Amino acid sequence: MTIASVAGASAFQIAVVGSGPGGFYTAEALLRSAVPLAIDMFEQLPVPHGLVRFGVAPDHPKLKQVTAAFDRIARTPGFRFIGGVAVGGDVMIDELRASYDAVILATGADVSRCLGIPGESLPGIHHAGDFVGWYNGHPEFRDRCFDLGHEVASVIGHGNVALDVARILAKTADELRRTDIAGHALEVLAESRIREINVVGRGRPRQTRFTARELRDFLELDECDVSIDSRDVTPDDFVPENPHDPEMSEKLALLGDFSRRSLTRRKRCVFRFGLSPVAIRGRSRMEAVVFELQKSNSIEEIGCGLCFRSIGRRTAPLAGVPYDDVRGVHANIEGRVAIGASVVRGLYVSGWSKRGPSGTIGTNRGCGMATAEVVLADLPELAGQRTADVKPLFDRLRARDRRVVSYIDWLKVDAAEKRRGAPLGKPREKFVLVSDMLAAMDS
Amino acid sequence: MTYVVTDNCRGCRFTECVTVCPVECFHVDDSMTYIDPENCIDCGGCVPVCPVGAIEPDYRLAADKKFWIDVNRKRAAETPVISARLPALSGAEERRKALGR
Repeated sequence: MTIASVAGASAFQIAVVGSGPGGFYTAEALLRSAVPLAIDMFEQLPVPHGLVRFGVAPDHPKLKQVTAAFDRIARTPGFRFIGGVAVGGDVMIDELRASYDAVILATGADVSRCLGIPGESLPGIHHAGDFVGWYNGHPEFRDRCFDLGHEVASVIGHGNVALDVARILAKTADELRRTDIAGHALEVLAESRIREINVVGRGRPRQTRFTARELRDFLELDECDVSIDSRDVTPDDFVPENPHDPEMSEKLALLGDFSRRSLTRRKRCVFRFGLSPVAIRGRSRMEAVVFELQKSNSIEEIGCGLCFRSIGRRTAPLAGVPYDDVRGVHANIEGRVAIGASVVRGLYVSGWSKRGPSGTIGTNRGCGMATAEVVLADLPELAGQRTADVKPLFDRLRARDRRVVSYIDWLKVDAAEKRRGAPLGKPREKFVLVSDMLAAMDS
Repeated sequence: MTYVVTDNCRGCRFTECVTVCPVECFHVDDSMTYIDPENCIDCGGCVPVCPVGAIEPDYRLAADKKFWIDVNRKRAAETPVISARLPALSGAEERRKALGR
């Protein structure tokens, strides 16, 4: 089936790069417009859904129900999933721009930020995002080693990713067994010796970026107590500046509650405030993180054999696309890729690679609608500018020895994962190797 | 749990919530929106975008607002899904100011 037969020969052809929320919601908004168009969604992995599959924590299954909305969008006439094709590798941006009327980048924010302090390359210090990719079964992180044989771990950062990492470390294997956590990760976590998890940030409780909702999860842990180091805080820290802000009020009330709890169970998760990391200490591997206390300018060391940095992410630069180094995104003016004030014709951006990593899944829906709006406004002017057809591009991709994956192929993988999970009481047992994903498409 | 639209929406109906709902679980009638608790995935994205702070998680509702949980469930079943933003009701801005928002 050709694109033309789906959407009519005169339809605009649009490429979306990336199959996470940013890509899907932009596609949805375009497909709902009255303009005749067809969308090819490129994804470098053979499986779609981006951070919904590889970012959302395994113990938050309800959030993953959003994939039903993605499936609905994928069934819209004119939509095509092109999996297993890396833009910037298998096909270059300039080739896409020549073959499509518009190209929309929704490539997310895959690059974790570093602390920029001495000792950061010592073994034992990791990016939180790598750990998340590992326990969520991302093929690229399958072979990462996280040594959980230490008693103390630290997580640096006060956002929701930091809380995800701390909570997964705090949970018992039994609390994770019936989630869609990757099998290899469950095996390693079941042998974990970690008993203390420090969640450390520079700011005060009011400056934390995590949400009350994520914080509440810490009250429901089977074997882990939660507390706050009393040296770090004063009672004022738990008083909201604006009492009419229910989210902040709840967050501070929860933290206040944490500060009054007693420690009785096997594990503890300790929230620390006002500590800036200045160095990682250790000989052949990390032994401690050295912090400067903001209140007193004194130094404190937290001895730990394992540390996760969770201080933000940025978009991976893409050859042929201008980059905004300050914001860490593809350079753009309200969704139009731009070099300075000069717009790059027919090239757009959506989701985290447009505005940076913020908001919830649905924030990307509003963001996708906004990008779709500027694309639709430009399309009349872009008509007839295309210099190539998509057919030679696809002939070349299909001539490779690697499969071009369709959404039907993915639905077979999806069904196979659910079948594998059922006897284990898991919603799914993910395939983690690309070769296993591809094999499931043929069975 | 689920999220719940409460009385501040009535007479405003800004529908900013609809834009950011990833699963289209908002329903609408002439006066306000409602959340379908069966379809809501608890992402909470609608809460900060509401100009009048009308949306809350069910557990955070004050005792005298708990009845909105049932109102949302019942009205969501009786009213159509809204998938794109509507213009706010006339008088919405005045009401927002009157609510101190």
